[in-house]
Formats: sequence, structure tokens, C-alpha cells
Amino acid sequence: MNRFAQLLDRLQREPSRLGKLRLMTDYFRSAPDPDRGFGLAALTGALSFRYAKPGLVKALIATRVDPVLFDLSYDFVGDLSETVALLWPAGAAEEEDALPLSTVVRALSDTGKIDLPRVLAELLDGLDETGRWALLKLITGAMRIGASARLAKQAVAKLGGKGIDEIEDLWHGLALPYIGLFAWLEGREPRPITDDPAPFCPAMLAHALEEEELTDLPPAEFFAEWKWDGIRVQAVVGEKSGKVVRLFSRTGEDISAAFPDLVDMLASLPCRTVSIDGELLIRRDGRVQSFSVLQQRLNRKRVCAALLADYPAHIRAYDLLSLDGEDLRALPFFERRRGLEAFVACADTARLDLSPSIDFKSWDFLAAARRDPLAAGVGPDAAAIEGVMLKRCDSAYVPGRPKGLWYKWKRDPFTIDAVLMYAQRGHGKRSSFYSDYTFGVWHQTAEGEALVAVGKAYFGFTDEELGKLDHYVRNHTSNRFGPVREIAHGKEEGLVLEIAFDGVNRSSRHKSGVAMRFPRINRIRWDKPVREADRLEALDALLRE
Amino acid sequence: MRTGDLLALRPAGLYCEAGDFYIDPIHAVPRALITHAHADHARPGHEAVLATDDTLAVMAIRYGAAFAGETQAIGYGENLRIADADVCFYPAGHVLGSAQILVQDAGSRIVVSGDFKREADPTCAPFEPIACDTFVSEATFGLPIFRHSHSRNEIAKLVASLRLFPERTHLVGAYAFGKAQRLIALLRQAGHDRPIYIHGALEKLTEYYASRGIALGNVRKVTGATDLAGEIVLCPPSSTNDLWSRKFAEPLVAFASGWMRVRARARQSGIELPLVVSDHADWDGLCATAVETGCSELLVTHGEADALVHYAQTRGIAAEPLHFTGYGDDEATPAETAA
Repeated sequence: MNRFAQLLDRLQREPSRLGKLRLMTDYFRSAPDPDRGFGLAALTGALSFRYAKPGLVKALIATRVDPVLFDLSYDFVGDLSETVALLWPAGAAEEEDALPLSTVVRALSDTGKIDLPRVLAELLDGLDETGRWALLKLITGAMRIGASARLAKQAVAKLGGKGIDEIEDLWHGLALPYIGLFAWLEGREPRPITDDPAPFCPAMLAHALEEEELTDLPPAEFFAEWKWDGIRVQAVVGEKSGKVVRLFSRTGEDISAAFPDLVDMLASLPCRTVSIDGELLIRRDGRVQSFSVLQQRLNRKRVCAALLADYPAHIRAYDLLSLDGEDLRALPFFERRRGLEAFVACADTARLDLSPSIDFKSWDFLAAARRDPLAAGVGPDAAAIEGVMLKRCDSAYVPGRPKGLWYKWKRDPFTIDAVLMYAQRGHGKRSSFYSDYTFGVWHQTAEGEALVAVGKAYFGFTDEELGKLDHYVRNHTSNRFGPVREIAHGKEEGLVLEIAFDGVNRSSRHKSGVAMRFPRINRIRWDKPVREADRLEALDALLRE
Repeated sequence: MRTGDLLALRPAGLYCEAGDFYIDPIHAVPRALITHAHADHARPGHEAVLATDDTLAVMAIRYGAAFAGETQAIGYGENLRIADADVCFYPAGHVLGSAQILVQDAGSRIVVSGDFKREADPTCAPFEPIACDTFVSEATFGLPIFRHSHSRNEIAKLVASLRLFPERTHLVGAYAFGKAQRLIALLRQAGHDRPIYIHGALEKLTEYYASRGIALGNVRKVTGATDLAGEIVLCPPSSTNDLWSRKFAEPLVAFASGWMRVRARARQSGIELPLVVSDHADWDGLCATAVETGCSELLVTHGEADALVHYAQTRGIAAEPLHFTGYGDDEATPAETAA
């Protein structure tokens, strides 16, 4: 456990990506099987336990620490694993890696519900603070050490001098603790063979376009289409004594169970096997609905007939990754697109259509279309557009976010000037600073002109600005409600924040009746008088548009 | 505040009407009693200041000789009557010259701790618990996650890192008054006998410590373009990431503060080697002190007051946070001092 704990601790302190890669590759090279496989699983988020859950950790610490003191500590630290690791009564330090990671993982996965609290407590007693922290990270899942699953896979790939794509291609067919993978990477065995009939292909993602980049890009070499505001999916049909249909999220999570309507449609497609990259949308009465409508389907736990009828799911196809056993990803985009057009044309279903292209000759023309999709002739679906996509016509389908091939050019955000009303401590990177801000705008209420809360933002600022905001919160607290601090706000005092956001939805959950999408702090208006902040009417106007 | 008769909280700070003085006021006042010379407690411009001779000397170094209209030195344990109040200063163990101030009249005894710690410190007199009715405590580290009374282990980490990375300059951010000199003294105790280099901002205070007979060994000011590979360089927290730090050999940035116990704090500040060393009492120290004074009332001036108040209440002590916002800068991380 020591070795893995040290790895996590050094990773969270290492600022550079290369440094993190080196730390992980060193670990994979030096740690033995099967420990390193479990380490890889932990770093890629592939570990999960049936009974060892955060709730168990909370229950254990509750028997050792006063609950009030625990809550205050957790609020300050902002990370469950670290809070508990710090509060746990100090144990003896572990002898040089005496407790292998694999033993810990097996204890957490194989111990029954009754015995687990005792077993976990014994494990924690035998570790120092860093060891406890690392062990608890295995249980809480979210590592928050600044190393993504992809970076961990890259570190593994480096072990065998392979590219990350080779690992990604194999990944979904591999099983813990990846003995075959390591054997292949170390040149001891051939490449592992997976027999998954409907595998997930790691998705190709786009870079956000910086507008000044356009001057260097020739419009003729690019294909443009609308960026649809749904969820990106991969629909896969495979064969194994019958058809196997799977719907994956962008990250490879199998979400088929939530969309039986789409699974039925996919099973009826005129092909043996296919893999389609597209956007999952709700299409009602021939019209694509906004993201907030889609969210109402996504948020339900149970999929019932009424839900299926009221929120019919639909796939708008972007790309064709394979068809009838042939992998098309290496082909240029325009050839895949031609194949996709032909495929969708003979698919006899209303639930699958083609993402229409935007014909453009110049970037100025495209910029105008992006500003006003309705005027560009998109028709009744305009509400579900969040910008345009640019794809190099000759681009292969490359997993990850390769440079220079695909760009997303999102609609400009809206902004309002709002007033800071409440602050709370953040989690993860921002933990222990007051970094979650609730803000409001002016509104005429029964009691007169008042600020009503319209949203919450917890990013958009630099570390230096965070320091200043935290300082401001501490020095202008007018009231406390548990972990929430009320910040002095009124006509004469308060801080104005310029909030950027991507849209407004109607909301019955908020007192103001509106909910912003993706709000973030654009600027801190230290200079702006509070009475000049915006009014709720400004948001209502957006809602009506 | 139940002790309203003897001490009251005013915008400038704790005020004693019987003696017509403030303790550690944050604005200029006619008469101030100062617990210690950290900038947040000792501000310039008061008409009259009463403090220990070390506190007065450090204030003069930081603000110039004319930092107050008049000054009066008081020794530890010396009794002094000011109008209708009796005062006495006792060591607080926080930094050189730091004191707790006992204020009493016929009715009650109140001790104002200023900032204090319980861990031994070679650069200042140790804290003494003083029996009182009301104890006014700090709570900079008033949460049970803060346990930092093992400075020797942290110094060992620093020395081990020097051995592991002899090609890198170990740049240690530390508050200029108190923390920096304590780290030097602790390094000497741990047997580190190489010269220790300091930023110019630490020079006068470090010289003052040496003049008071505190063993700091060979301390040199950083001058010129030398990269000081494998050496320890102490500087104010805000200098660890600025232009000045770039002349060193692959600087390895360490920072000494109680906040370093929390990973996110170290990460937010870009600290490679966090050293959990503090001049404030940790959780155990705060709790033990509140109990040892035998007080029936605990008032918490600043810091993470809520947990300490809760703890005191479970021990049958009436407790209340004062939410005073002027104090608590001396442990600030580089990210905060930049703000």
C-alpha cells in the first residue's frame, strides 16, 4: 500500500503533466503484478466495490469523532478521504510495503457487508496518514489528484513504447488486473485478444476554436455542421449468436438500459454490425427539443412507458466508425461522411437522422450562421444548437483530442452583472477556500427592490482572484448558516460579479424561476456599484427569446 | 460577551474601560497593549504602547523608531496598574517577545492569549497556562484535522530532501518574523551546520534574534547571481514564486505552515515540499489550554472558532466566537499573500 500511496501523494503534488507521466510509468515498471494492475484500475476509475462505499467510511468515522467536529472538518478540507485520514486516530506506520495493494483491494471487494466495517477499520489502523488517504481514495473513487484516466493509460502505453490509441482500442475488452496487458507491453506475450462483439471506440473530441486561428485555416478544407446540444453517444450493433446493441456515452459508459427506444431502433437497422457517432436528442412532433427537455429524461431513475412517450429519444448521426465488420476510422472524414449519408438514407426509421451540413464559402458566412442559426435556415430545431463544428475533410477518426483536426465554435456566452450573496467552501482543487458563490440580481418584490439569487458559480477565476475573493468573503460575512456564509449585500454595499453563461432555462426549483446553464465568473467588478447590477428582467428576456 | 464589564469588543478590537486601553487594536488608538509584534496584532500609530521589550524592539525594526507616541516596556510576570485595572504579561510561546495579557479587577480575571503555541520553541519563552475566569483564545488551527506539534520530523524531511536533491536550491517560504528564525534554530538543533541563506527582507529581524543570544549559526544574506545549489534559502512566502526565485538552481519550493497539513492548501500554492510547522497551537494544544486555564468562559477571537467553541461547550465551558476579522495573516500561504 505504501508504494501506491506514495505514488498518489507525489502525483497530487506534481504540477507538470510530464512529471506525472514519469511518476506513473515508473510505478508501472517497478510495482509487481497484480498490484500494478489494481493501481492502474484505481487511476482509471475502473475500481468499484459493492459494499465499500463512502457511506461506510462516514459511518466508521462517526463512531470515532464527534459528528459536529467531523462536519466542520469535512467542510474545511473538502475531501472525504483526506478528512477521515487526518481525523483517524494515529496508527503505526506500515512496514516497507507490507500490505500489498492487491490484498487491500481484495479485502474491500471480497469481505461481506457485516464484516467490512471491522476489516476496513483494521486496515486503516495499520497505515499512516498518507496510506489511509490512499486507501480511502480507492473507496470514494474520485481521486482528484490531477491525473486523468487517459494520462494513466498513456503512462502504461509508454511502458511498452506504444501509443495511447493502442491502449484505448483494447481497453474496453480488458479485465482486472490486466496481467495480459502488462505482459504484452513488456514484450513477453502477444497482444491481448478481446472478443467483445460491440466494443466502444474511444471518441474523437474537438478543440475549442480561438477565432484568430481562422486566418490560418482554408475554408475549402473544412466541413461544417451544427453543434447539437444533447449528449454525445456512440451507438454500436454487433453480432454474437444474434444482435448485440449497446449505447455508450462519450466516455464509454454503457447507457443502453436508459434508452430501450433507441436500442429497439438500432437492432432494426439494415446491417450486420455498425458503429455510429452521434448526438442523443429528444425529438418531439418533428422538432428537436432543448437540452433542458432532454435533462428531464436523463434525470429519471426508472424508464416507464409515459417517459418514453413524452420524451422520445433520437440520434442525430455525425460519423460512421465501422460498418459490417469493416473499421472505417482510418478513412478521411468525407469518405466516412459519404458512407454515413448512404447508411442513414436506407435506415427506415424516424429516430435516426443525419446531422445536416452547413454550406459555406467563407469564415464570415459561417460566423453569421453561428450568430443566427435561424436566419441561416436551420428551421425549427434552432433551440437545440449551441454553435458550429468544423472538421477537416481529410481527418481520420483519432481517439482523444488531437490537434488541428476538429474544432468546436460555440455560441458566444451571455453575461450579466450579479451581486455576490452567499459563499461556501469548495471541493477538490479549491478546497478550504470560499470558492462556491451564489449570486443574485435586482428584482421588484412585495417588500420592495431586493436581490434574488439566480445561480451559483465556482470557477472562471484565477488562483490569485480566488485568494482575493476568499479574503473578501471572510471580511464581509454578515451571517452564517452552517457552512454557508452570507455576504453583506444591499444597495450600498456588496461585490459585483460579471457572470458568463450559455443559456437560461425555466426552473421551478429556483425562487427566481430561472436557471442558468454553465454559469462562471467572467470578471470581478471591484469597481462597479451594487445598484448598477442587472435586473431579473434581463434573464426573463432571454427566456422569452 | 459576558465579561462586558472588564473587556468589550469594539470595532478596533478588545477594549478595557477600567484601564481605558485596547489590546492589539487594528486601528490607531490612544493606548494599546500589544501581545506580540506580528503586523496584524501590532499596528503603528498608537499614542501610547505597552509591550515586552522584544515586542517593542521588533516593532521599531519594522515600522521605524517613531512607530508610537510613547512606549513602555514590561517584563514577564511584572504587575502594573493602569487606572482601575491590573495587568500582567506572561509568555505565550508564539514568537520572541510574545505575551498573553492578564487583565483583572476586583471581580474577574481575563487572559487574552494573542497568538500562542504549546510546542517547545528554541527562539522564545514557553507558554504558561494562567488560571483565569475568562480565556480569550485564538483558533487559527481550531479543527481536529490540525495536529502539528512534531516540528522535528518536519525539519528531518527538509534535511532528507537536501540529501536527495543536492543539485537543487531548497527555497523555504516562511513568515519573516518568528517562523524564519525558528526554522533556522530548529535546523541547527537537527545538526544542519551549513550556512543558511536568507532573503533581504529577513535580515534585520534575524540579526535581532542573534543579538538576543539565540543560536542561529552561520546565516548569510543572498547576494549576487549565485545559484546556491543544495543550500537552504529562506524567504517570505510571497517570494517563492516571484522573479527573485528564478536565479536559483531548479528551486525546490518548501513552505512551513500549519496549513500544509491539508494537501489542497499545498497544491494551491504550488508547494513541492510542505512542512507542517506552525507558531500557533494545534487542535490538541487549543483544547488542552482552554481546559488547563480553568476558565468558565472561553472567547475565541479569530480562526476556525466554531469547533473550539463546540469542544469547550461539551466540557461545560461557556464559549462564544467573536468573529473578529483583523487577525490571522502570519500563516498565510503564498497564494493568499499574493492577494
